[in-house]
Amino acid sequence: MRALEIIRAGVRTTVQDLGRPGYAHLGVSRSGALDAGALRRANRLAGNPPGAAGLEITLGGLRARATGALTLALTGAPCPITVGRRPADPELPLAVPAGAVIEIGHATAGLRAYLAVGGGIAVPPVLGSRSTDTLSGLGPAPVRDGDVLPVGPVTAPPPGVDVAPHPPPPAALCLRVWFGPRDDWFTAAARHTLLSAEYRVSPQTDRVGARLTGPALDRAVDGELPSEGLVLGAIQVPADGQPLVFLADHPTTGGYPVIGVVDPSDVDRLGQARPGTPVRFSPAAAR
Amino acid sequence: MQVRRAGPSAILIELPGTEAVSAAYELLTGLRERGDLTAADIVPAARTVLLDGVPDPDRVFRLLPRDLTPAAEPDGQNTTITITTRYDGEDLDDVARLWGTDRAGVIAIHTGTAFRVAFCGFAPGFAYLTGLGPRHHVPRRPTPRTRVPAGTVALAGPYSGVYPTASPGGWQLIGRTRAALFDLDRDPPALLTPGATVRFVEEA
Repeated sequence: MRALEIIRAGVRTTVQDLGRPGYAHLGVSRSGALDAGALRRANRLAGNPPGAAGLEITLGGLRARATGALTLALTGAPCPITVGRRPADPELPLAVPAGAVIEIGHATAGLRAYLAVGGGIAVPPVLGSRSTDTLSGLGPAPVRDGDVLPVGPVTAPPPGVDVAPHPPPPAALCLRVWFGPRDDWFTAAARHTLLSAEYRVSPQTDRVGARLTGPALDRAVDGELPSEGLVLGAIQVPADGQPLVFLADHPTTGGYPVIGVVDPSDVDRLGQARPGTPVRFSPAAAR
Repeated sequence: MQVRRAGPSAILIELPGTEAVSAAYELLTGLRERGDLTAADIVPAARTVLLDGVPDPDRVFRLLPRDLTPAAEPDGQNTTITITTRYDGEDLDDVARLWGTDRAGVIAIHTGTAFRVAFCGFAPGFAYLTGLGPRHHVPRRPTPRTRVPAGTVALAGPYSGVYPTASPGGWQLIGRTRAALFDLDRDPPALLTPGATVRFVEEA
Protein backbone atom coordinates (compact mmCIF):
# COMPACT_ATOMS: atom_id res chain seq x y z
CA MET A 1 0.00 0.00 0.00
CA ARG A 2 1.23 3.48 -0.78
CA ALA A 3 1.96 5.55 2.26
CA LEU A 4 3.72 8.62 3.51
CA GLU A 5 6.35 7.82 6.14
CA ILE A 6 6.83 10.73 8.50
CA ILE A 7 10.52 11.09 9.35
CA ARG A 8 10.10 14.39 11.21
CA ALA A 9 6.66 15.77 11.98
CA GLY A 10 7.66 19.33 12.86
CA VAL A 11 6.20 21.52 15.60
CA ARG A 12 2.56 20.64 15.05
CA THR A 13 1.19 18.59 12.17
CA THR A 14 -2.32 17.20 12.02
CA VAL A 15 -4.46 15.41 9.46
CA GLN A 16 -7.26 17.71 8.30
CA ASP A 17 -10.07 17.64 5.79
CA LEU A 18 -13.09 19.96 5.65
CA GLY A 19 -14.24 18.85 9.11
CA ARG A 20 -17.35 17.26 10.60
CA PRO A 21 -20.22 19.80 10.57
CA GLY A 22 -23.66 18.62 11.59
CA TYR A 23 -22.85 17.27 15.06
CA ALA A 24 -22.80 20.50 17.08
CA HIS A 25 -26.03 19.47 18.85
CA LEU A 26 -24.08 16.53 20.31
CA GLY A 27 -21.23 18.78 21.47
CA VAL A 28 -18.93 17.88 18.56
CA SER A 29 -16.89 20.74 17.04
CA ARG A 30 -16.81 21.27 13.27
CA SER A 31 -12.98 21.08 13.13
CA GLY A 32 -11.31 20.84 9.67
CA ALA A 33 -8.49 22.77 7.99
CA LEU A 34 -7.97 26.27 9.44
CA ASP A 35 -7.18 27.60 5.96
CA ALA A 36 -9.80 25.58 4.13
CA GLY A 37 -9.11 27.45 0.88
CA ALA A 38 -5.48 26.34 0.92
CA LEU A 39 -6.46 22.72 1.55
CA ARG A 40 -8.96 22.81 -1.32
CA ARG A 41 -6.27 24.25 -3.59
CA ALA A 42 -3.77 21.56 -2.56
CA ASN A 43 -6.36 18.87 -3.26
CA ARG A 44 -7.17 20.33 -6.67
CA LEU A 45 -3.48 20.37 -7.58
CA ALA A 46 -3.07 16.77 -6.42
CA GLY A 47 -6.10 15.57 -8.42
CA ASN A 48 -8.25 14.99 -5.32
CA PRO A 49 -11.83 15.91 -4.48
CA PRO A 50 -11.91 19.11 -2.36
CA GLY A 51 -12.66 17.28 0.88
CA ALA A 52 -9.78 14.79 0.79
CA ALA A 53 -7.63 14.68 3.90
CA GLY A 54 -4.18 16.27 3.83
CA LEU A 55 -1.62 17.45 6.34
CA GLU A 56 -1.85 20.80 8.11
CA ILE A 57 1.76 21.64 8.92
CA THR A 58 2.19 24.47 11.41
CA LEU A 59 5.21 26.63 10.49
CA GLY A 60 6.55 23.97 8.08
CA GLY A 61 9.52 21.81 9.05
CA LEU A 62 8.30 18.37 7.95
CA ARG A 63 10.34 15.55 6.40
CA ALA A 64 8.67 12.48 4.89
CA ARG A 65 9.35 9.59 2.53
CA ALA A 66 7.02 8.30 -0.18
CA THR A 67 6.79 4.48 -0.08
CA GLY A 68 5.46 4.49 -3.64
CA ALA A 69 5.17 6.99 -6.47
CA LEU A 70 2.94 9.85 -5.30
CA THR A 71 1.61 13.17 -6.50
CA LEU A 72 1.96 15.89 -3.88
CA ALA A 73 0.99 19.53 -3.68
CA LEU A 74 2.00 22.05 -1.01
CA THR A 75 -0.05 25.22 -0.45
CA GLY A 76 -0.78 27.78 2.26
CA ALA A 77 2.06 29.31 4.25
CA PRO A 78 4.97 29.57 1.76
CA CYS A 79 7.73 27.06 2.61
CA PRO A 80 10.78 25.91 0.66
CA ILE A 81 10.37 22.31 -0.50
CA THR A 82 12.75 19.74 -1.93
CA VAL A 83 11.93 16.35 -3.43
CA GLY A 84 14.91 13.98 -3.40
CA ARG A 85 17.12 16.98 -2.52
CA ARG A 86 16.04 18.89 -5.62
CA PRO A 87 14.25 22.20 -5.08
CA ALA A 88 10.59 21.91 -6.04
CA ASP A 89 7.70 24.34 -6.33
CA PRO A 90 4.91 24.88 -3.86
CA GLU A 91 1.47 25.57 -5.36
CA LEU A 92 2.09 23.10 -8.22
CA PRO A 93 1.56 19.34 -8.62
CA LEU A 94 4.79 17.47 -7.75
CA ALA A 95 5.54 13.97 -9.06
CA VAL A 96 7.42 12.13 -6.31
CA PRO A 97 9.15 8.84 -7.20
CA ALA A 98 8.97 5.85 -4.84
CA GLY A 99 11.45 6.15 -2.00
CA ALA A 100 12.08 9.88 -2.45
CA VAL A 101 12.36 12.09 0.61
CA ILE A 102 10.30 15.27 0.73
CA GLU A 103 11.74 18.03 2.87
CA ILE A 104 9.56 21.00 3.75
CA GLY A 105 11.49 23.91 5.26
CA HIS A 106 10.27 26.55 7.66
CA ALA A 107 7.44 28.84 6.61
CA THR A 108 8.68 32.26 5.53
CA ALA A 109 5.26 33.84 6.16
CA GLY A 110 1.90 32.68 7.47
CA LEU A 111 1.36 29.83 9.89
CA ARG A 112 -0.01 26.74 8.19
CA ALA A 113 1.07 24.87 5.09
CA TYR A 114 -1.12 22.15 3.53
CA LEU A 115 0.27 19.03 1.91
CA ALA A 116 -2.13 17.07 -0.27
CA VAL A 117 -1.28 13.60 -1.53
CA GLY A 118 -2.92 12.20 -4.66
CA GLY A 119 -5.51 9.77 -3.24
CA GLY A 120 -5.69 11.58 0.11
CA ILE A 121 -4.47 10.56 3.55
CA ALA A 122 -6.58 7.47 4.24
CA VAL A 123 -6.66 7.19 8.03
CA PRO A 124 -10.05 5.87 9.25
CA PRO A 125 -12.73 8.59 9.30
CA VAL A 126 -14.48 9.46 12.58
CA LEU A 127 -18.07 10.74 12.17
CA GLY A 128 -17.42 11.22 8.48
CA SER A 129 -14.19 13.19 8.83
CA ARG A 130 -10.46 12.50 9.14
CA SER A 131 -9.79 15.78 10.93
CA THR A 132 -7.95 15.94 14.23
CA ASP A 133 -10.12 17.89 16.65
CA THR A 134 -7.73 19.34 19.22
CA LEU A 135 -10.53 20.45 21.54
CA SER A 136 -12.33 17.15 22.01
CA GLY A 137 -9.64 14.71 20.90
CA LEU A 138 -11.77 13.17 18.12
CA GLY A 139 -10.07 11.98 14.94
CA PRO A 140 -6.48 10.83 14.48
CA ALA A 141 -3.82 11.81 17.01
CA PRO A 142 -1.48 14.63 15.95
CA VAL A 143 1.17 13.33 13.52
CA ARG A 144 4.41 12.15 15.19
CA ASP A 145 7.86 11.19 13.99
CA GLY A 146 7.76 7.65 12.61
CA ASP A 147 4.06 7.60 11.72
CA VAL A 148 3.17 5.82 8.50
CA LEU A 149 0.13 7.48 6.95
CA PRO A 150 -1.80 5.37 4.44
CA VAL A 151 -2.66 6.95 1.09
CA GLY A 152 -5.94 6.19 -0.69
CA PRO A 153 -6.46 5.21 -4.33
CA VAL A 154 -5.95 7.94 -6.92
CA THR A 155 -9.25 9.03 -8.46
CA ALA A 156 -8.09 11.58 -11.04
CA PRO A 157 -4.85 12.76 -12.60
CA PRO A 158 -3.43 16.07 -11.38
CA PRO A 159 -4.42 19.03 -13.55
CA GLY A 160 -1.95 20.45 -16.04
CA VAL A 161 -1.00 23.81 -14.56
CA ASP A 162 1.96 26.13 -15.01
CA VAL A 163 0.95 28.64 -12.39
CA ALA A 164 -1.70 28.46 -9.67
CA PRO A 165 -2.27 32.06 -8.56
CA HIS A 166 -2.64 32.61 -4.85
CA PRO A 167 -2.19 35.60 -2.56
CA PRO A 168 0.64 35.49 -0.02
CA PRO A 169 -0.36 35.63 3.67
CA PRO A 170 -1.00 39.32 4.40
CA ALA A 171 1.19 41.30 6.80
CA ALA A 172 -1.92 43.00 8.20
CA LEU A 173 -5.52 41.83 8.21
CA CYS A 174 -8.77 43.61 7.62
CA LEU A 175 -11.64 41.32 8.57
CA ARG A 176 -15.25 41.99 7.65
CA VAL A 177 -17.48 41.67 10.70
CA TRP A 178 -21.23 41.17 11.10
CA PHE A 179 -22.49 42.66 14.36
CA GLY A 180 -24.50 40.31 16.58
CA PRO A 181 -25.89 38.17 17.97
CA ARG A 182 -25.03 39.92 21.28
CA ASP A 183 -23.69 43.33 20.22
CA ASP A 184 -26.42 44.87 22.41
CA TRP A 185 -24.53 43.52 25.44
CA PHE A 186 -21.78 46.06 24.67
CA THR A 187 -21.60 49.83 24.91
CA ALA A 188 -21.88 51.96 21.77
CA ALA A 189 -18.28 52.97 22.47
CA ALA A 190 -17.23 49.28 22.38
CA ARG A 191 -18.92 48.78 19.00
CA HIS A 192 -17.12 51.87 17.72
CA THR A 193 -13.81 50.64 19.16
CA LEU A 194 -14.16 47.29 17.41
CA LEU A 195 -14.44 49.04 14.04
CA SER A 196 -11.78 51.69 14.64
CA ALA A 197 -9.03 50.27 16.86
CA GLU A 198 -6.10 48.12 15.83
CA TYR A 199 -5.82 44.73 17.50
CA ARG A 200 -2.94 42.29 17.34
CA VAL A 201 -2.97 38.51 17.17
CA SER A 202 -1.78 37.21 20.54
CA PRO A 203 0.71 34.34 20.91
CA GLN A 204 -2.17 32.48 22.63
CA THR A 205 -3.63 31.37 19.33
CA ASP A 206 -4.39 27.80 18.39
CA ARG A 207 -6.89 25.74 16.40
CA VAL A 208 -9.69 26.67 18.83
CA GLY A 209 -9.38 30.41 18.44
CA ALA A 210 -7.26 33.48 17.79
CA ARG A 211 -6.96 35.73 20.81
CA LEU A 212 -6.55 39.39 20.01
CA THR A 213 -5.04 42.10 22.19
CA GLY A 214 -6.00 45.76 22.07
CA PRO A 215 -8.49 48.16 23.63
CA ALA A 216 -10.95 46.33 25.90
CA LEU A 217 -14.56 46.08 24.70
CA ASP A 218 -16.77 47.27 27.54
CA ARG A 219 -20.07 45.63 28.37
CA ALA A 220 -23.34 47.51 28.66
CA VAL A 221 -25.08 44.51 30.26
CA ASP A 222 -23.55 42.88 33.32
CA GLY A 223 -24.31 39.42 34.53
CA GLU A 224 -23.98 35.98 33.05
CA LEU A 225 -25.08 34.91 29.62
CA PRO A 226 -26.54 31.39 29.59
CA SER A 227 -24.73 28.96 27.26
CA GLU A 228 -25.59 29.39 23.61
CA GLY A 229 -24.53 28.01 20.24
CA LEU A 230 -21.42 29.40 18.55
CA VAL A 231 -20.54 29.80 14.87
CA LEU A 232 -17.16 29.79 13.13
CA GLY A 233 -15.66 33.27 13.30
CA ALA A 234 -17.68 34.31 16.37
CA ILE A 235 -15.93 37.14 18.26
CA GLN A 236 -16.48 36.18 21.89
CA VAL A 237 -15.56 38.74 24.51
CA PRO A 238 -14.66 37.30 27.91
CA ALA A 239 -14.64 39.30 31.16
CA ASP A 240 -11.28 40.96 30.40
CA GLY A 241 -12.75 42.63 27.28
CA GLN A 242 -10.12 41.17 24.91
CA PRO A 243 -11.77 39.56 21.87
CA LEU A 244 -11.27 35.94 20.89
CA VAL A 245 -12.23 34.84 17.38
CA PHE A 246 -13.27 31.20 17.17
CA LEU A 247 -11.59 29.01 14.55
CA ALA A 248 -12.34 25.45 13.36
CA ASP A 249 -12.00 23.57 16.69
CA HIS A 250 -14.29 26.02 18.51
CA PRO A 251 -16.65 24.72 21.19
CA THR A 252 -20.30 24.25 20.23
CA THR A 253 -21.66 26.46 23.02
CA GLY A 254 -20.19 29.31 25.04
CA GLY A 255 -21.05 31.52 27.97
CA TYR A 256 -19.65 34.93 26.99
CA PRO A 257 -21.42 37.35 24.67
CA VAL A 258 -20.49 37.36 20.97
CA ILE A 259 -20.24 40.96 19.74
CA GLY A 260 -19.91 40.00 16.09
CA VAL A 261 -19.03 37.33 13.57
CA VAL A 262 -16.09 37.47 11.16
CA ASP A 263 -17.30 36.82 7.62
CA PRO A 264 -16.53 33.13 6.88
CA SER A 265 -14.63 34.09 3.73
CA ASP A 266 -12.13 36.02 5.90
CA VAL A 267 -11.59 33.32 8.55
CA ASP A 268 -8.95 31.47 6.45
CA ARG A 269 -6.70 34.52 6.52
CA LEU A 270 -6.99 34.80 10.29
CA GLY A 271 -5.91 31.14 10.47
CA GLN A 272 -2.69 32.18 8.72
CA ALA A 273 -1.98 35.21 10.92
CA ARG A 274 1.15 34.98 13.04
CA PRO A 275 1.21 36.38 16.57
CA GLY A 276 1.74 40.15 16.36
CA THR A 277 -0.15 40.55 13.06
CA PRO A 278 -2.24 43.76 13.16
CA VAL A 279 -5.98 43.17 12.75
CA ARG A 280 -8.66 45.69 11.88
CA PHE A 281 -12.38 45.11 11.49
CA SER A 282 -14.69 46.67 8.93
CA PRO A 283 -18.47 46.33 8.71
CA ALA A 284 -19.65 43.46 6.49
CA ALA A 285 -23.15 44.88 6.15
CA ALA A 286 -25.36 47.54 7.64
CA ARG A 287 -27.34 46.43 10.65
CA MET B 1 -39.22 35.02 20.87
CA GLN B 2 -36.47 37.16 19.39
CA VAL B 3 -34.41 36.31 16.34
CA ARG B 4 -30.82 37.53 16.12
CA ARG B 5 -28.39 37.38 13.23
CA ALA B 6 -25.10 35.51 13.82
CA GLY B 7 -23.10 36.31 10.69
CA PRO B 8 -24.15 35.81 7.07
CA SER B 9 -25.40 32.23 7.40
CA ALA B 10 -26.69 31.72 10.93
CA ILE B 11 -29.50 32.92 13.17
CA LEU B 12 -29.94 32.66 16.90
CA ILE B 13 -33.51 32.26 18.12
CA GLU B 14 -34.01 33.47 21.68
CA LEU B 15 -36.75 31.79 23.70
CA PRO B 16 -38.29 32.31 27.13
CA GLY B 17 -36.94 29.12 28.72
CA THR B 18 -35.78 25.56 28.44
CA GLU B 19 -39.26 24.14 27.72
CA ALA B 20 -39.63 26.51 24.79
CA VAL B 21 -36.13 25.59 23.59
CA SER B 22 -37.04 21.88 23.56
CA ALA B 23 -40.25 22.59 21.68
CA ALA B 24 -38.52 24.85 19.15
CA TYR B 25 -35.72 22.32 18.65
CA GLU B 26 -38.26 19.58 17.95
CA LEU B 27 -40.18 21.81 15.53
CA LEU B 28 -37.06 22.98 13.66
CA THR B 29 -35.53 19.50 13.31
CA GLY B 30 -38.95 18.36 12.03
CA LEU B 31 -38.99 21.15 9.44
CA ARG B 32 -35.51 20.10 8.34
CA GLU B 33 -36.48 16.42 8.08
CA ARG B 34 -39.41 17.37 5.84
CA GLY B 35 -37.13 19.46 3.65
CA ASP B 36 -38.74 22.79 4.60
CA LEU B 37 -35.58 24.12 6.28
CA THR B 38 -31.93 23.92 5.27
CA ALA B 39 -29.46 24.12 8.16
CA ALA B 40 -26.15 22.30 8.66
CA ASP B 41 -26.46 22.51 12.44
CA ILE B 42 -29.41 23.07 14.77
CA VAL B 43 -27.95 23.69 18.22
CA PRO B 44 -30.22 24.01 21.25
CA ALA B 45 -28.79 25.68 24.35
CA ALA B 46 -30.11 27.12 27.64
CA ARG B 47 -32.35 29.85 26.15
CA THR B 48 -31.62 29.73 22.45
CA VAL B 49 -31.59 27.59 19.35
CA LEU B 50 -28.84 28.34 16.81
CA LEU B 51 -29.39 27.58 13.14
CA ASP B 52 -26.00 27.47 11.42
CA GLY B 53 -25.18 26.79 7.79
CA VAL B 54 -28.38 28.45 6.59
CA PRO B 55 -28.13 29.52 2.93
CA ASP B 56 -30.73 32.28 3.23
CA PRO B 57 -31.30 33.47 6.82
CA ASP B 58 -33.84 36.08 5.69
CA ARG B 59 -36.03 33.34 4.26
CA VAL B 60 -35.86 31.48 7.57
CA PHE B 61 -36.94 34.66 9.38
CA ARG B 62 -40.13 34.56 7.28
CA LEU B 63 -40.54 30.80 7.67
CA LEU B 64 -40.49 30.79 11.46
CA PRO B 65 -43.86 30.68 13.14
CA ARG B 66 -44.71 33.73 15.24
CA ASP B 67 -44.87 31.63 18.36
CA LEU B 68 -42.48 28.72 18.59
CA THR B 69 -43.80 27.70 21.99
CA PRO B 70 -46.51 25.07 21.77
CA ALA B 71 -49.28 25.15 24.37
CA ALA B 72 -48.95 21.45 25.17
CA GLU B 73 -45.96 19.67 26.66
CA PRO B 74 -43.72 18.14 24.00
CA ASP B 75 -45.03 14.65 23.26
CA GLY B 76 -44.04 11.98 25.73
CA GLN B 77 -43.35 9.39 23.06
CA ASN B 78 -39.60 9.58 23.59
CA THR B 79 -38.17 6.46 25.11
CA THR B 80 -36.67 7.01 28.51
CA ILE B 81 -32.93 6.40 28.85
CA THR B 82 -31.97 4.80 32.15
CA ILE B 83 -28.58 5.47 33.71
CA THR B 84 -27.58 3.07 36.44
CA THR B 85 -25.58 5.00 39.01
CA ARG B 86 -23.55 4.19 42.09
CA TYR B 87 -24.11 7.14 44.40
CA ASP B 88 -20.70 7.53 46.05
CA GLY B 89 -19.50 10.90 44.72
CA GLU B 90 -17.03 13.02 46.68
CA ASP B 91 -19.52 15.88 47.02
CA LEU B 92 -22.56 13.80 48.01
CA ASP B 93 -22.47 15.03 51.62
CA ASP B 94 -22.10 18.66 50.53
CA VAL B 95 -25.09 18.30 48.21
CA ALA B 96 -27.10 16.67 51.03
CA ARG B 97 -26.28 19.65 53.25
CA LEU B 98 -27.28 22.13 50.51
CA TRP B 99 -30.55 20.27 50.01
CA GLY B 100 -31.19 19.93 53.77
CA THR B 101 -31.31 16.16 53.63
CA ASP B 102 -29.02 13.13 53.94
CA ARG B 103 -27.37 10.84 51.37
CA ALA B 104 -30.50 8.72 51.02
CA GLY B 105 -32.51 11.89 50.48
CA VAL B 106 -30.22 13.02 47.66
CA ILE B 107 -30.49 9.61 46.00
CA ALA B 108 -34.29 9.62 46.33
CA ILE B 109 -34.56 13.09 44.77
CA HIS B 110 -32.08 12.38 41.96
CA THR B 111 -33.58 9.00 41.04
CA GLY B 112 -37.09 10.41 41.43
CA THR B 113 -36.61 13.16 38.85
CA ALA B 114 -37.61 12.81 35.20
CA PHE B 115 -34.75 14.65 33.51
CA ARG B 116 -34.69 15.92 29.98
CA VAL B 117 -31.67 16.62 27.77
CA ALA B 118 -31.90 20.39 27.31
CA PHE B 119 -28.73 20.63 25.21
CA CYS B 120 -25.21 19.26 24.74
CA GLY B 121 -21.89 21.07 24.85
CA PHE B 122 -18.58 21.33 26.73
CA ALA B 123 -17.46 17.97 25.29
CA PRO B 124 -18.86 15.45 22.79
CA GLY B 125 -21.78 13.69 24.47
CA PHE B 126 -21.92 15.98 27.52
CA ALA B 127 -25.64 16.60 28.07
CA TYR B 128 -27.17 19.31 30.24
CA LEU B 129 -30.13 17.65 31.97
CA THR B 130 -32.96 19.75 33.37
CA GLY B 131 -35.72 18.66 35.72
CA LEU B 132 -34.55 19.46 39.25
CA GLY B 133 -36.68 22.09 40.96
CA PRO B 134 -35.17 25.48 41.89
CA ARG B 135 -34.78 24.29 45.50
CA HIS B 136 -32.31 21.68 44.30
CA HIS B 137 -30.08 23.88 42.18
CA VAL B 138 -26.51 23.87 43.54
CA PRO B 139 -23.51 26.17 42.97
CA ARG B 140 -20.37 24.99 41.18
CA ARG B 141 -17.35 24.07 43.33
CA PRO B 142 -15.34 27.20 44.18
CA THR B 143 -12.24 25.58 42.67
CA PRO B 144 -12.71 23.22 39.71
CA ARG B 145 -11.10 19.81 39.97
CA THR B 146 -8.28 19.24 37.51
CA ARG B 147 -9.59 15.79 36.62
CA VAL B 148 -13.08 14.36 36.88
CA PRO B 149 -13.20 10.69 35.75
CA ALA B 150 -15.36 9.54 32.84
CA GLY B 151 -18.81 8.40 33.92
CA THR B 152 -19.04 10.80 36.88
CA VAL B 153 -22.60 11.94 37.63
CA ALA B 154 -22.63 15.55 38.76
CA LEU B 155 -24.71 18.65 39.46
CA ALA B 156 -24.26 22.38 38.81
CA GLY B 157 -26.77 25.22 38.74
CA PRO B 158 -30.07 23.91 37.39
CA TYR B 159 -28.37 20.99 35.62
CA SER B 160 -27.37 17.41 36.18
CA GLY B 161 -24.82 15.81 33.85
CA VAL B 162 -22.51 12.87 33.26
CA TYR B 163 -18.90 13.39 32.16
CA PRO B 164 -18.42 11.34 28.93
CA THR B 165 -14.63 11.48 29.18
CA ALA B 166 -12.18 12.45 31.90
CA SER B 167 -11.80 16.22 32.00
CA PRO B 168 -11.37 19.13 34.38
CA GLY B 169 -14.65 20.15 35.96
CA GLY B 170 -16.25 22.28 38.64
CA TRP B 171 -19.52 20.41 39.13
CA GLN B 172 -20.58 18.72 42.39
CA LEU B 173 -19.85 15.01 42.07
CA ILE B 174 -22.56 12.70 43.38
CA GLY B 175 -21.94 9.33 41.71
CA ARG B 176 -20.68 7.36 38.76
CA THR B 177 -22.01 5.15 36.00
CA ARG B 178 -20.52 2.57 33.67
CA ALA B 179 -22.78 3.66 30.80
CA ALA B 180 -20.94 4.68 27.62
CA LEU B 181 -22.00 8.30 27.11
CA PHE B 182 -20.21 8.71 23.77
CA ASP B 183 -19.49 5.73 21.53
CA LEU B 184 -18.29 6.28 17.97
CA ASP B 185 -19.61 2.86 16.92
CA ARG B 186 -23.16 3.92 17.75
CA ASP B 187 -25.50 6.12 15.69
CA PRO B 188 -25.93 8.72 17.08
CA PRO B 189 -22.68 8.41 19.05
CA ALA B 190 -24.10 10.35 22.01
CA LEU B 191 -26.27 8.32 24.42
CA LEU B 192 -28.07 11.49 25.52
CA THR B 193 -29.40 13.59 22.64
CA PRO B 194 -31.42 16.83 22.88
CA GLY B 195 -35.03 16.17 23.87
CA ALA B 196 -34.44 12.71 25.35
CA THR B 197 -35.95 11.78 28.72
CA VAL B 198 -33.50 10.42 31.28
CA ARG B 199 -33.89 8.63 34.60
CA PHE B 200 -31.18 7.65 37.04
CA VAL B 201 -31.52 4.41 38.98
CA GLU B 202 -29.39 3.35 41.92
CA GLU B 203 -27.04 0.45 41.25
CA ALA B 204 -28.25 -2.55 43.24
